[in-house]
Amino acid sequence: MPHTLALIALLPLVGFLVNGFFATALGRHRTNERTAGLIGSAFPLAAFALTIKAFFDLQAGGFAPIVEPLYRWALIGTSSFEIAFYFDRLSAIMTLVVTGVGSVIHIYSTGYMHNDKSFGRFFAYLNLFLFFMLLLVLGRSMLVLFVGWEGVGLASYLLIGFWFDDLANAKAGRKAFITNRIGDAGFLLGMFLLYRAFGTLDMDTINSAFVSGTGAALLVPASLVGLLLFVGATGKSAQIPLYVWLPDAMAGPTPVSALIHAATMVTAGVYLTARMSGIYMMAPEASQVIAVVGVLTAFFAATVALVQTDIKKVLAYSTVSQLGFMFLALGVGAYGVAIFHVVTHAFFKACLFLGAGSVIHALGGEQDIRKMGGLRHKIPLTFWTFAIATAAIAGIPGLAGFFSKDEILWYAFASAKGGAPWLWGVAALTALMTAFYMFRLLWLTFMGASRMSHEVEHHVHESPLSMTGVLMLLALLSAGGGYIAIPHFLEPQIPLPPIVESLEHYEHTLLYVSIVLAFAGLGLAVFMFGGPASRPEGIKQAMRPIHRLLSGKYFVDELYERVIVKPLAWFSDVVLLRGGDKMLLDGSLHGLASLAQRTASVVSRVQTGSLHVYALLVMVGIVGALLWSWRHV
Amino acid sequence: MDKVQLLLLLSGALFSLGLLGVIVRRNALVMLMCLELMLNGVNLSLVTFSQQRGDAAGAVLVFLVFVVATAEIALAIPIVLLLVRFKRSMDIDRYSDLKG
Repeated sequence: MPHTLALIALLPLVGFLVNGFFATALGRHRTNERTAGLIGSAFPLAAFALTIKAFFDLQAGGFAPIVEPLYRWALIGTSSFEIAFYFDRLSAIMTLVVTGVGSVIHIYSTGYMHNDKSFGRFFAYLNLFLFFMLLLVLGRSMLVLFVGWEGVGLASYLLIGFWFDDLANAKAGRKAFITNRIGDAGFLLGMFLLYRAFGTLDMDTINSAFVSGTGAALLVPASLVGLLLFVGATGKSAQIPLYVWLPDAMAGPTPVSALIHAATMVTAGVYLTARMSGIYMMAPEASQVIAVVGVLTAFFAATVALVQTDIKKVLAYSTVSQLGFMFLALGVGAYGVAIFHVVTHAFFKACLFLGAGSVIHALGGEQDIRKMGGLRHKIPLTFWTFAIATAAIAGIPGLAGFFSKDEILWYAFASAKGGAPWLWGVAALTALMTAFYMFRLLWLTFMGASRMSHEVEHHVHESPLSMTGVLMLLALLSAGGGYIAIPHFLEPQIPLPPIVESLEHYEHTLLYVSIVLAFAGLGLAVFMFGGPASRPEGIKQAMRPIHRLLSGKYFVDELYERVIVKPLAWFSDVVLLRGGDKMLLDGSLHGLASLAQRTASVVSRVQTGSLHVYALLVMVGIVGALLWSWRHV
Repeated sequence: MDKVQLLLLLSGALFSLGLLGVIVRRNALVMLMCLELMLNGVNLSLVTFSQQRGDAAGAVLVFLVFVVATAEIALAIPIVLLLVRFKRSMDIDRYSDLKG
């Protein structure tokens, strides 16, 4: 097929159009729900099948990038903007993850959203999201990527506020959208700089120009461009200082949290940085900033996750933290490792979110882990899959997260491109906390005695096969996903950074340390939450100020509210609205109008409406003119 | 006082009379007639000057004025008729609906 790549992207769009036009119009109906679910899942699955085919095409061509121009978007002067798709090792991995994980989450949603009054709308939005996400990862030009980038933001907004009857959900959607706009401003500026220097936005051209360090690449400071693009990435991928939207984004339905806010969309920033790795290789300062921001984000998000009581909030902060790990890897030049973590994270975090969804489903909407407990016998399938994914993210050896996280830690320590022991130290501490809060979540949710109210407990039921089947598949991938050697696969395209030679022999020591840390986290969590409830309560009492700070999420939202939102609202209201709009603009217009009105009311007295007066005036005029000409000529 | 001066005085008198009529009379038809009077005053002066200079151009211009005057009257009379039918009055002061 000549247009395989275009078809991959367009299939979900067709699904969106069909569901968007018909499913919503037909209203809630049992057969209709089945059709909408079938259509919504079939198109992503077809896209997944086509992606596999495209992957084999790529392999058959010796992994030479496939370029597929679709049409010319615009021709301005001599520069043309093409919509072209680009398929190489990196986009192959991303597309496989997006369509693969995307498809199974669609299938899961048919069970999870069952009996929702806007079933068709949900699938329409999900398909729309997939379309834009595929545009993002398949686009050759940054312009196409940007369209996808904005599009996934739109889909994210629509899906966070999916249950917009509740004002809090709508507000969360708005917060996500606006926070992303701030990042996008940086992204756009970076694009402008690149376009001015290169006259094209094709990413492969720009990247290879930077790698070879020739031509237009010398005209533009790599660090500046790198930092501006990173500003965009902090917005989309929820890094300090723009991470605040992601925890609130959990207001959306749980499959959305799994697909958009854990597995795919939030990794767009990682993808962008890896895609433009040529720039960052030439920009050690920008890379340093990325590494520091990444490790700090990982650390602070993990500390907040320690004390959260909402099952989805724990996972949300964990996502922010894991994204921080990915940026740490990007910052020390290990781009392939970051993508590796994107993939394994997509598996285990999707599994965790969907497992959490299954728990919420079983408990009829309860999300507070203080009101759970003892669920392991009641919903065993959910428990086991959740446990495997938890072990994977915690870094228990042999599971997916262990491999990717360990490589990130290793490169943070020993990379010759910005690795430092202190980066490793903070990251390792974060890994310990990750293991602790994840097992805390597991224990509080599934182990121990039940803390549910009697009525809720009575209704607990295992989820349908459409959900548990997906959970099992993802658990399998969380367990085995680490054996796909993605950094090695990407190496011909994006080389791994060299290792500082004097540190090389630490590799095994660090490996053992991270294994010990994972088990230490597990042990600590079991010790604290496996025993009597007084134990964590006592520690909480002993460290009251710290607990307050953490459960308040460092009061960052309040800080932003006071430092940015309030002054901005004041400025908009007093200076722009009252001063500028009402006083200056409206005032000057009203002034002009009333001036004209007053002048008119004076002058209009001449217009008496009596013909005689007019004739008299004409005569006076003529006589006056004659007199004047007689005197002067 | 020779003949030319006399004729010019007559012409000025006709014009002024017409203008006075337009200004002071309220009847629309009378105002139109006064307008004609003004035009004829102008015609008389044209003919007089043409006679004095021995040049036919002024006399020819008079015919032009005739034609214009005829056309004007042909338009003005129906307008006045319509107005009268609408207002049931010839009084020009009552036709002031367009006043702001």
